[in-house]
Amino acid sequence: MKGILKLAYKLLVNDKAKFTALLVGITFAVFLMIAMTSLFAGVLKRGSATVINLGASMWVMDPAVQTIANTIGMPDYVLDAVRSIPGVRYAVPVYSGGALVKLRDGTYQYATVVGLDDTSLFGRPRLLEGRIEDIYGENAFIVVKDPEFPKLENPRIGTEFEVNDHRGVIVGIAQVTSSGLFGVPTLYTTYERALQYIPNPRFTISYVLVEPKNPADIANIKQQVQALGYLALTKDEFMARISDFYMYQTGMGMNLLIMTVMSFIIGLSISGQTFYTFVLENLEKFGALKAMGAKSRELIIMILFQASFTALTGYGLGIGLCSLTTALAKIRLPDYAALITFWNLQLALVMVVVITAVSSYFGVLKVLRIEPFDIFRG
Amino acid sequence: MAAPAIAATGLVKWFGEGEAKTTALREVSLEAYFGEMLYIVGPSGSGKTTLLSVLSGILRPNSGSVSVEGADIWNMSSDHLADFRLHKIGFVFQDYHLFPRLTTAENVAIPLILKRQNWNGAVADAHKYLEIVGLKSRADLPPVKLSGGEQQRVAIARAMAGQPDILIMDEPTASLDGDTGHSIVGFVHKNILNEKRCILIVTHDSRIYEFATRILKMEDGRLTGIERGAETEEAKHE
Repeated sequence: MKGILKLAYKLLVNDKAKFTALLVGITFAVFLMIAMTSLFAGVLKRGSATVINLGASMWVMDPAVQTIANTIGMPDYVLDAVRSIPGVRYAVPVYSGGALVKLRDGTYQYATVVGLDDTSLFGRPRLLEGRIEDIYGENAFIVVKDPEFPKLENPRIGTEFEVNDHRGVIVGIAQVTSSGLFGVPTLYTTYERALQYIPNPRFTISYVLVEPKNPADIANIKQQVQALGYLALTKDEFMARISDFYMYQTGMGMNLLIMTVMSFIIGLSISGQTFYTFVLENLEKFGALKAMGAKSRELIIMILFQASFTALTGYGLGIGLCSLTTALAKIRLPDYAALITFWNLQLALVMVVVITAVSSYFGVLKVLRIEPFDIFRG
Repeated sequence: MAAPAIAATGLVKWFGEGEAKTTALREVSLEAYFGEMLYIVGPSGSGKTTLLSVLSGILRPNSGSVSVEGADIWNMSSDHLADFRLHKIGFVFQDYHLFPRLTTAENVAIPLILKRQNWNGAVADAHKYLEIVGLKSRADLPPVKLSGGEQQRVAIARAMAGQPDILIMDEPTASLDGDTGHSIVGFVHKNILNEKRCILIVTHDSRIYEFATRILKMEDGRLTGIERGAETEEAKHE
């Protein structure tokens, strides 16, 4: 069987023009599919950036909250009520809101302010510079060094600025797992200071972060929170809720889906047509092989091998090209959100398999129908 | 007389249905023997190629039987028949049907590869057959770099690589000039034909008749006589 596969391989790759056209088709399709879906994955991940960065196991919120950004304040009693639920190891408030930072040149920059529980500082970021206890200092803020960091004019420890007309000073520079979606810098401070600096409605707690005693308590906590008229979600559930919002309620998901389907169709048409032409051009040769004694299943194996080899090579090239362009784009555009995940790769692989199956199906049909007698007739 | 290499009885083959029905073979019977170079000649459309296809196991007749070395080939399964062709029959097609993307040696190695010989071994063996047809020095060239006569010899080497008992040649001189065609068939007669091999040739090139053991004439789907050799098949039945 190895010899037959090598024969198929040689017939394929020695036809350089066709093989190149096939590879270009598949590579281009894979590149587009992964680029589109990875962009979507990146956007979804960034949409959940605060959830990822704070790292709480459970989140309590108003049931109308759809994304981390559209917070709806909850009264203080919710925090106390959650703390009293059996199965809760601890619960802390967190504030998430926006503030205007006045830069040295007099211009303003919008920033996200995260206020951490004063007592525990639960959800604090990893510091690259400075000490976490300095966050309790006067007007202290920790700035996140992410792609948005330069928008605050690359502050250093000790840099002073105005936040909503209050004095602020940088006491630490931090790193977080995921950057935000909206292209604004992030400042961390204490919960109480955030309330002082940012004008608030009547209720101030954005979320209550909960750590259950053990996973079995989660269901009960959810039930008790629901009885209070609020919603408790695990970290994964909250991220899924945010993803669903962007996917189904913003049109983003549908638009990217359309682009992905278009990439698939482009790939299918280029590769399918080229492969079919390749089979047609070799039809007489397949007929000659049949006359010489090749069995139908051997010819099918040859065609499937040729299609699979082309598809997998194109798939690899497409992944490589997409990774390269994503890396290059991130050098020039720090906000570029694309994130290549296994899910993206699996989806592209499935689509490539479909392209291969469709391309080979018509080729196989043609080869099975060719009669060796046609070779004699000429 | 020894048992025939090929024995065909009452072969009937038609194409199409109704008004479009064309009968290509009408009750054709013949025998071909080992050590024989049997020509089937006749005008275009007389059924020569159809007969060759039915005899070699690539076109099923509507009725009649073909026995090759005692085996009724049209009672075999398609896989069994493919195997049978691979091991017993070698083909030299009119247009050669060489693979332009393979080297000459790789082309010759194809029957060996189909027989599951490993690639390197098959290509090495192919060089021996190319040596027989005098083209060893051309082994690494693609067929398109060869002349028509050389391509024909490559096709013969490929057919011989499977070490067939029966060699089928369809219009072997059709694409060649007179001298080249004559020398190619002469080469086959001298080097390929032996007492353990039967060669069937379809042609209407009278310049190569001198190499034939027997020549059967076909017309309108029937064997109508002989140019040379023993009695006609029809005469046998009379």
